[in-house]
Amino acid sequence: MTDAASQPLSKVRPLYWSVRRELWETRSVYIAPPAAAAVVWCGYLISAIGMPARRIETLKLDPAHQSIVMGEPFVAAHAAITLTVMIVAAFYCLGALFNERRDRSILFWKSLPVSDLKTVLSKAAIPTLVLPAVGIVVTMVAQAVIFLLSTLILVTAGVSAATPWTVGSVAGEGVVLLYTWVTLTLWVAPIYGWLLLVSVWAKRAPFLWAVLPVLALALLEKLAFSTTHLMGLVVNRITGSYDAAFVTAPAAELRAHGGMPQLGLDKLDPGKFVTTPGLWIGLIVFAASLAACVWFRRRREPI
Amino acid sequence: MVTINAHGLRKAYGSNVALAGVDLRVEEGRIVGLIGPNGAGKSTALQAMLGLVPYEGDLKVLGRDPWTNRDALMAEVCFIADVAILPRWMKVRDAVDYVAGVHPRFDRAKAEGFLARTTIKRTSKVRELSKGMVAQLHLALVMAIDAKLLVLDEPTLGLDLLYRKSFYDSLLNDYFDHSRTIIVSTHQVEEIQHILTDVVFIDRGRIALNVSMEDFEARYCEVMVAPDHLDAARAMKPIQERQLFGRSILLFDNADRTRLAALGEVRTPSLADLFVAMMSDTQGAA
Repeated sequence: MTDAASQPLSKVRPLYWSVRRELWETRSVYIAPPAAAAVVWCGYLISAIGMPARRIETLKLDPAHQSIVMGEPFVAAHAAITLTVMIVAAFYCLGALFNERRDRSILFWKSLPVSDLKTVLSKAAIPTLVLPAVGIVVTMVAQAVIFLLSTLILVTAGVSAATPWTVGSVAGEGVVLLYTWVTLTLWVAPIYGWLLLVSVWAKRAPFLWAVLPVLALALLEKLAFSTTHLMGLVVNRITGSYDAAFVTAPAAELRAHGGMPQLGLDKLDPGKFVTTPGLWIGLIVFAASLAACVWFRRRREPI
Repeated sequence: MVTINAHGLRKAYGSNVALAGVDLRVEEGRIVGLIGPNGAGKSTALQAMLGLVPYEGDLKVLGRDPWTNRDALMAEVCFIADVAILPRWMKVRDAVDYVAGVHPRFDRAKAEGFLARTTIKRTSKVRELSKGMVAQLHLALVMAIDAKLLVLDEPTLGLDLLYRKSFYDSLLNDYFDHSRTIIVSTHQVEEIQHILTDVVFIDRGRIALNVSMEDFEARYCEVMVAPDHLDAARAMKPIQERQLFGRSILLFDNADRTRLAALGEVRTPSLADLFVAMMSDTQGAA
């Protein structure tokens, strides 16, 4: 840090400080995901009362099913943290270019030599880079803690803590985790772009401006043509990254696992993902939204 | 060197004309007071100079077009738009770090020096500071930036007299040198009169007066006229007449001082008096 400060000002440094500034303002970025992990741990600890008995039952299953049942808490932790990150990201985006106009601090930011482009990029970096990175780290820590807790509880209860997992399969899970987060973020990016755009444009109630027009159009479509394409599109943007990035499991298999897709190293399908037109259309929409954000921020005044 | 050069500067918000053709030239090393009634176009003029709003007409600030070349311009120009705009969630320490991080001409030691003279705690958030302290913090940040042009739009609005006085004192003693230019708009005309080198009155989007303080003192005088000399004084075409404790005070532009001296005590008017005279001249009729 001190080294960086004494070096001549590079083009990257204002960007770095702009991102740090976002973290000072929006602390939920690094508080909410660990909080979600803590909730999962609590739930896991409470469920630990009957765990030794359940584990004895589980161990009677064949190794494939053992793996699925034992993996459930890990999937739950991943899901809870993903959901938290997406909610934090959405609300962050809605406020990112709106709050600075409402509290008039935009005039302070604009008095400094940080261009609108750098500002918008630093704000877009929070949901697309910083939050996924926080999500990955917190998920890994959460899963490691769950693993240690379960081993501790089982060993104390005198039950075998053995799992069908190997070092190789755990490393594979790490790759899957990374892949899941990267594909999810790329897939959801246009939603973040839309929310940032509403945030720079709206004079009040950005949340309503972001949501109600979409609902109105969806209702219009439903009434006029009895179709639900728009709603399907939106839902697919939020939840569809798994279908686009993984070998999709048949519906029957999904139901067998209580609706939770089992994401293994063998289910990764990056070839399908990068050839999905929806990915590229989404990224173009995201880039166009950011360009529009720069244009609007240049012209926006305090509200 | 010319710091600001505006020619035919126009800006309209819909049908509301904020600037109706402003011509203004500000040389390096001047402290210019931009004074006008509410809605006269002061803020719009300053915003145009800072590249915050698009405009029509010709405008160059430090040789650059502020709208198309804003990013480069902001490395050399600094502004305080009004006291309440520092982000309330920011810690004092973080504000210093941030400006040091993004501004190539920021001198952290200087800012720390200015802050050391105040009672502001580094760990406080802006929302915990009084209005005067926020202004002190903002001024400390701004004065530590080696800018060529400093624009102040109502910088002391809402501050008490002590803070206002120390604000302008620091600006003059610790910041100003003759290679910098300061342009300041305010309603508290009396308090800045002694620091200005030039004064510009702006009214309904036009420049109503643009003089250096030397010219102001040479051109304008006011005379407290005894009742028996009143007719003679009125014959010399004062631009304004007002009553004070039963005596008449007449304000003259370019009048013969030796003749006036025979009618009463001659002195230089305050900017505030001239402002009231010129503005009520145009607005009082309405």
